[in-house]
Amino acid sequence: MVNLTIEGRAVSVPEGTSILEAAKTAGILIPHYCYHPSLPIPGVCRMCLVEVEKAPKLAASCATSVAEGQVVHVHTERALEARKGVLEFLLINHPLDCPICDQSGECELQDFTYQEGRADSRYRDPKRFNPVEDFGGDVIYVPNRCILCTRCVRFMDDIAHDTVLNVSERGDRALIGKFEGKDLTHPWAANVIDLCPVGALLSKDFLNKARAWELDRAASICPNCTQGCNIMVEVRDNSVARFKPRPNDDVNKFFMCDYGRLNYRWVNRQDRAEAPMIRSNGVLTSTDWEPAIHAAAELIRGARVFVLASPMLSNEALFLLSALIEHNGGAGTFRVATGDEAPLPGVEDLALRRDRAANVRGAELLGYTRSESPLDSLKEGEVLLIADDDLAGLPVSATSKASAVIVIGTTLPQGIDNPEVVLPITNFAEEEGTFTNLRGRVQRFTQAKAGPGGARPSWLVLGDLLGALGAQEQFFLPSDVFANLAATKSEFKGLSYDTIGMRGLPVLSAQPAGAAQ
Amino acid sequence: MTGIKSPDMASHDSHGNEPYVPVFTGESLRELQTLLGRYPTKMAALLPALWIVQRERGWVSDAAMAEVADVLELTPAYVKGVVTFYTMYHQHPVGKYFIQVCTTSPCGICGAEDVVKAFLQHTRTGELGLTSADDRYTVIEVECLGACGFATPVMINEQFIESVTPETVPEILARLP
Amino acid sequence: MGYPHKSHERETTVLTEHFGNTDAISLNGWKKRGGYQALEKALGMTPADIVNVVKESGLRGRGGAGFPTGMKWSFMKPGDGKPHYLCCNADESEPGTFKDREVMRWTPHALVEGCAVGAYAIGAETAYVYIRGEFTEPLERMEIAVREAYDAGILGANAMGSGKRIDVHVHKGAGAYICGEETALMNSLEGRRGNPRIKPPFPAVAGVFGQPTTINNVETLAAVPIILMKGAEWYKGMSLSNPKSTGTKLYSVCGNVRLPGTFEVVMGFPFKDFLYDLCGGPPQGRKFKAIIPGGASVPIQTMEEAEATLMDYEGFVAQGSMLGSGGVIVIDDAQSMVRVIARLARFFAHESCAQCTQCREGTAWTTKILERIRDGQGTMEDLDTLIGIAENMTGTTICVLSDSCATPVISGIRKFRPEFEALIHGKRVHSVMAAVA
Repeated sequence: MVNLTIEGRAVSVPEGTSILEAAKTAGILIPHYCYHPSLPIPGVCRMCLVEVEKAPKLAASCATSVAEGQVVHVHTERALEARKGVLEFLLINHPLDCPICDQSGECELQDFTYQEGRADSRYRDPKRFNPVEDFGGDVIYVPNRCILCTRCVRFMDDIAHDTVLNVSERGDRALIGKFEGKDLTHPWAANVIDLCPVGALLSKDFLNKARAWELDRAASICPNCTQGCNIMVEVRDNSVARFKPRPNDDVNKFFMCDYGRLNYRWVNRQDRAEAPMIRSNGVLTSTDWEPAIHAAAELIRGARVFVLASPMLSNEALFLLSALIEHNGGAGTFRVATGDEAPLPGVEDLALRRDRAANVRGAELLGYTRSESPLDSLKEGEVLLIADDDLAGLPVSATSKASAVIVIGTTLPQGIDNPEVVLPITNFAEEEGTFTNLRGRVQRFTQAKAGPGGARPSWLVLGDLLGALGAQEQFFLPSDVFANLAATKSEFKGLSYDTIGMRGLPVLSAQPAGAAQ
Repeated sequence: MTGIKSPDMASHDSHGNEPYVPVFTGESLRELQTLLGRYPTKMAALLPALWIVQRERGWVSDAAMAEVADVLELTPAYVKGVVTFYTMYHQHPVGKYFIQVCTTSPCGICGAEDVVKAFLQHTRTGELGLTSADDRYTVIEVECLGACGFATPVMINEQFIESVTPETVPEILARLP
Repeated sequence: MGYPHKSHERETTVLTEHFGNTDAISLNGWKKRGGYQALEKALGMTPADIVNVVKESGLRGRGGAGFPTGMKWSFMKPGDGKPHYLCCNADESEPGTFKDREVMRWTPHALVEGCAVGAYAIGAETAYVYIRGEFTEPLERMEIAVREAYDAGILGANAMGSGKRIDVHVHKGAGAYICGEETALMNSLEGRRGNPRIKPPFPAVAGVFGQPTTINNVETLAAVPIILMKGAEWYKGMSLSNPKSTGTKLYSVCGNVRLPGTFEVVMGFPFKDFLYDLCGGPPQGRKFKAIIPGGASVPIQTMEEAEATLMDYEGFVAQGSMLGSGGVIVIDDAQSMVRVIARLARFFAHESCAQCTQCREGTAWTTKILERIRDGQGTMEDLDTLIGIAENMTGTTICVLSDSCATPVISGIRKFRPEFEALIHGKRVHSVMAAVA
């Protein structure tokens, strides 16, 4: 370990750590643009200049390693003047169009300028102008706002291994360029939008959709494949406006794929099941939760159950359904939509996975059987519980074998006319729970928006249903359900919401040998 | 390398619709392969490869950049980033005689601007960077040619001419074939 | 001999001895003049002994920084199991400098030999001579010389029958001033944009192709064979001033001077004599006004400073400037300093690699303001802004291009402020200068 002093605070960090990273450990954020912990260090923006005692020149803290006994000053007049100069240079040709810029509110150029920039500019000459360019994929480039930090170029080069971006020209004519006909079509390309510290690379999908400060943010897990990338779900007016990656070194570093990122509109579906319903005189009729739960319990009581579950359901919901199966006898099954795998080559074990659902591993660990044609194993006289599978592409006629059909879902499955009871539940963005990713990592997601109408969280609905069937456990929180799960299922032993935290923990079988739990 | 070499302006890649004819076949390919033996990486042959393209075609088109990228296992965007960094690769067709007049300070204080004016006038190109109507001349100002003691140095294609004055410009042009 | 003028009697012609002599260009001609004896001698010595001789001689880098050459070579650790490389910086692109061009035009074999000795001394099998693309004639002469040396068995797998491999390759640049910066040159040689790299790692640790590399200027390498033949003592003895500055130095002289061209004098030669005697003084009817003595990047000297200068590394610093590349730009009283400095700023703005913020934006901004002042559109506030920008551009970037742009601005405004003010106040420069003079 190397011991040094940064802004008067004693810091001890491993050899080879940069001053910038060392300062972070002391709670000091040295302003910077080109530096990003996931990318090679070019040291070009010169924003992170700090004063190191006994060094003749200011040091770029991103590119300077710590040394024993070093004394670093971040906020001396000399360092501040230098950074103020950088900010002034960065702004001389900047259009200052924050009012119409999507980055506004989450722009590091804004932030650091407010923090330590000049109040005015000494620039009196015409500004440089370059037209906006469509970079393909989800990305547009606004060169006038570009500060040439080259994070985007380095991401495509070093992480995506698909050098489609470059720095073109030189001097103040320089801009980020691409080759005619070669677009940002890499499946992970949209990460350049997040990496861009300013409003130069913007998402077409999000363009002019919301101001950053209008968004409510909730920590979550991308539901769109089994990788389980950590994300923020960002919501405006109770509608998801975008998914953004949330850093997690053990899963997705700083990234998420374009498929996962852009596949959020279904969360905002308007044709949702909003009220509990029971069949009355042959017609599904809205009712209150109590009679609906009661009706479902009566249908299930004493019967074998066949659960067709969605692998988008949480561990908690799948666990409670499995408890039902264990209690009554029966089987649980699920099916998964698939697509091509798309790895991010620069990061180990990170890919858009073939299985396009969040909780395939969780379903497997909880005893569900994967099947392409799940209704085939439905036996005559069983109660069919359709747990958020939309039945699309399945032979609906097969459901007639069931003694009764109960729907527990976010929507009413298409083409089916025989449910006896419908219990509307919230989707993953509207409730709290956990998913287990393909490597067995259990990760929590939190509620980002309100559910529609009378829909209730899946764990609550299923807990009530179990209670109506005589179960003793009472669940007031999803963490209660998970505690029960951890106590019941050996794979999940020792895990709790508290230990999982917001970064996740692996189930027993996924832990390296000797790892203490 | 000395003497005036006229670039092949009839190259196919200057016309959008005609198919691109690769540069690196036959002799040029062998030349590139020899060059590759000099460096531990293929990328290192990029500048030399672009020089070969420019010699053969007179300029470096997008299609040629893509070919170079292919030959050297790079991407076209990478090659373009490099091409646009260096000022000597022409990204557009230029006149048969590409005339570069040094106007950086040491030559500037010795009357280089008048030499530029004389070239613009006598080549009838009128404006810097434009090519004369007969495709014969393109005149540009260039930053320091590294012959400051021989103001004003002028490069016409590969030929280096020292101590040019406005008075000698017509004679220099007349000598071009 | 001498080129373009016959050597002055006060010159010491070590490197320039054969300038202007077409006979010395070829291998045969060079051998007749003792060529490749130094390489033969070197191949019989240990690399460490060669490094010691160069260390002893006091030879310092002639590209601009003046770093002791022997010490630089000693950074290359023998037997580290890695390929070593020698790069010869023949990108001579500092405005006002054209000495290396003449070395390559007249004595290409001197450089080939210097490269071969240098490569052997640092444990490299390969030397790259990176020549700027505009140098078509030096490039051709160097290519021919290298080919001759290969054909004669001087270079190759068994250099001069020593059993040692020494390859020398000529690499052509493509128009970028910044490639004269050593790490930018290495990037360019690797087929990248000529962006300077952050240091550390230094080239001796991870240079071109990530391997230990030494990079030397043309003039430095060309001097090495002569030092080997005549001895370190002889070389060290050539010093008229500071013992830290030894040997001869090439100066290229340009601008408003009667005899522009390349000159070679011993370290410590009086600059006043150099300008008025060797270079013939100002053109008819004019007076010298200012000197930029070491290429466009160094501070501008007033004539008082210049005339008090002893020409060595320390001497130029003592008089407010730097020896730099030895490119002497002479400016007479008919020139507008504002125009000269604005044009220099435009050069740097054109050549900025665009990496560092201060340089990319600062060089262009500086140019805009200076050209506005030049065109009579400036304000007094602009002068303060220029100084402010220049200060922010100094000592804050990866390489010194940014500083190089700021240097003439700061020294220009400090030393020739009346010219700027005159243009701002709408007066004609020359009348003001006459008043100042």
